[in-house]
Amino acid sequence: EKFGLGRAALPEEIAAWDRDIRPNGTGLPEGSGDAIVGEEIFATRCAACHGDFAEGIDNWPELAGGADTLDHDDPLKTVGSYWPYLSSGYDYIKRSMPYGNAGTLSDDEVYALLAYILYSNDLIEDDFVLSKETFFDVEMPNAEGFIIDDRTETEYTQWTGEPCMENCKDEVRVTMRAMVLDVTPEEETTPKPAQEETVGAGAASFDAELAAKGEKVFKKCKACHQIGEAAKNRTGPILTAVVGNPAGAVDGFKYSQPLKERAENGLVWTEEELVAFLAKPKAYMKGTKMSFAGLSKQDDLAAIVEYLKSFGV
Amino acid sequence: APDPLITKVQPWAQGFGDGVDETPYGLPIEYESDVVRRNVEWLTADTISSINFTPIHALDGTITPQGCAFERHHSGAIDLRKEDYRLMINGMVDTPLVFSYADLERFPRENQVYFCECAANTGMEWAGAQLNGVQFTHGMIHNMEYSGVPLRTLLQEAGLDTAGDLTNKWVFVEGADASSNGRSIPMEKALDDVLVAFKANGEALRKEHGYPVRLVVPGWEGNMWVKWVRRIEVMDGPVESREETSKYTDTLENGISRKWTWAMDAKSVVTSPSPQAPITHGKGPLVITGLAWSGRGAITRVDVSRDGGMSWQAARLAKPGEQKALTRFYLDTDWDGSEMLLQSRAMDDTGYVQPTKSQLREVRGLNSIYHNNCIQTWLVRSDGEAENVEVS
Repeated sequence: EKFGLGRAALPEEIAAWDRDIRPNGTGLPEGSGDAIVGEEIFATRCAACHGDFAEGIDNWPELAGGADTLDHDDPLKTVGSYWPYLSSGYDYIKRSMPYGNAGTLSDDEVYALLAYILYSNDLIEDDFVLSKETFFDVEMPNAEGFIIDDRTETEYTQWTGEPCMENCKDEVRVTMRAMVLDVTPEEETTPKPAQEETVGAGAASFDAELAAKGEKVFKKCKACHQIGEAAKNRTGPILTAVVGNPAGAVDGFKYSQPLKERAENGLVWTEEELVAFLAKPKAYMKGTKMSFAGLSKQDDLAAIVEYLKSFGV
Repeated sequence: APDPLITKVQPWAQGFGDGVDETPYGLPIEYESDVVRRNVEWLTADTISSINFTPIHALDGTITPQGCAFERHHSGAIDLRKEDYRLMINGMVDTPLVFSYADLERFPRENQVYFCECAANTGMEWAGAQLNGVQFTHGMIHNMEYSGVPLRTLLQEAGLDTAGDLTNKWVFVEGADASSNGRSIPMEKALDDVLVAFKANGEALRKEHGYPVRLVVPGWEGNMWVKWVRRIEVMDGPVESREETSKYTDTLENGISRKWTWAMDAKSVVTSPSPQAPITHGKGPLVITGLAWSGRGAITRVDVSRDGGMSWQAARLAKPGEQKALTRFYLDTDWDGSEMLLQSRAMDDTGYVQPTKSQLREVRGLNSIYHNNCIQTWLVRSDGEAENVEVS
């Protein structure tokens, strides 16, 4: 019956991967935090997507609000209004957040962030210290809001048996048409080459085809960086006209200490410096906030710089 | 006049074509370049945590080529080499184990064809007809032949004596990517037909489908088919993770939500003609075709209506329905050029009949997102163009 394959998992290995938190609190670590501390962490680590007040930006999830909306049209499902277990919040933040930099929050930080989210939902006071010990003092409003799949009774019995084949309805009318809404994606035309009009002094050495490749590479950056006219700072600063300009110069972005120091010492994002940085960000600049692992392919590095150049130099 | 394609010697009939090895791993010919996955940009904030859609309007048969099978990632499709792959089995087992990829290849394995459908497939259509194309309304599905090891075999290798009574036990499965997608599965299912799969349609899984190893959970919602599966823990209860509480649950009209709605109910759709596949040949012989599937068994019958559900006729199944796999149906007919309201209705071997949208709404209200298996209607006009509509 046994094949004798595999090897025994070591306790350290199990401890490293077995991080799930159960509804009864199994797995909750030591540590604590409150909403006041959590608010600061939230502002730097979460707000770029979830908004300063956990209200969500664009299509990113709202984490707060929506109380008593579940039986209305378009209910707002948030941690406060919908989530039945607080444990899912700890479990998810600890293992999967922040988006693009998962697993980097300490246990104290997770408790503090969760406290801030609860506070944003008016479920605790700002001085409430969340920990393993106080975890179950928090009442989740929708804890009783779930039933186990009841399709067997509510659906299968009435939708079983020989269906109607003839004269099933007296008349049929069209009641709604997708054309009216018109939200179907249009077929894409050939991808637009990099915007030539924004190409400045470096135009002589600009390679539009390479930039188009760089646009694809830039997908790896898009979770944190925006570029172009309407770009805003998110987890990372906007990258419009970054090439050839001084580092650390984007208004309103909180740079890491090491980057600030390098900027003060005159670092300019020349193509060479960008290539060195993007190849191995953490080696190039110890302590950088940029969590990106780096681009290992020379082709990708050249392409991304060319793409960045297409937004001004 | 005689057809010059016949009467004149054509270049392809005179000179050479490509030699072997021109493309050591081939792509579809350029004339089929529109048969690709597509994404609906407004659906999600970011393509790294998003979904795209299989071009089912342009496919035939039942097997989905990997290269155009829909993708769903929560934190992007990761690069994970076989050499770096580890699978841990821990929790209530006799000996917690770690397997390498090479270990997995030494267990007896199975080949099975199953569909994988995202719980949100057709979800945008709850409130009304919205997207004009079967790729977008029904394309969160693919159907592949998987080669892999039954999860049962791996659990038995770790030993389940410690777990005692298995009827109230669960496994928690999680992926190796940054989203760490984790789902709880009842032990009964885990020991039944779940596979730890490493090949699909005969070749290695694609990166976007979880290379080198993914879970296959036949008939159950796609979110449970954890990609890059790295850990399976035997437990005495579910984890109630974010993906099984705040997501993939169905909120009913009274505000109460259903959870653990794992099985994907019987469903079908006409793939051609459809908005992306209009009739271009005019009156006369017309092949109406589509797909049907059931997460609770095998498709036994598909009926097609051309008048919006007033009358129905049984379609021809290309092959007898298989358990938890796509079935292709055809209605070989003669079109007189008049307008049609095309629908299809699937039945499975439990006797279940695919419901209409209004039947579903009567039970679940208008706020559900997931598990929409309603009958779909295409309005086909006399010029052959088709449109996504709802009918009374």
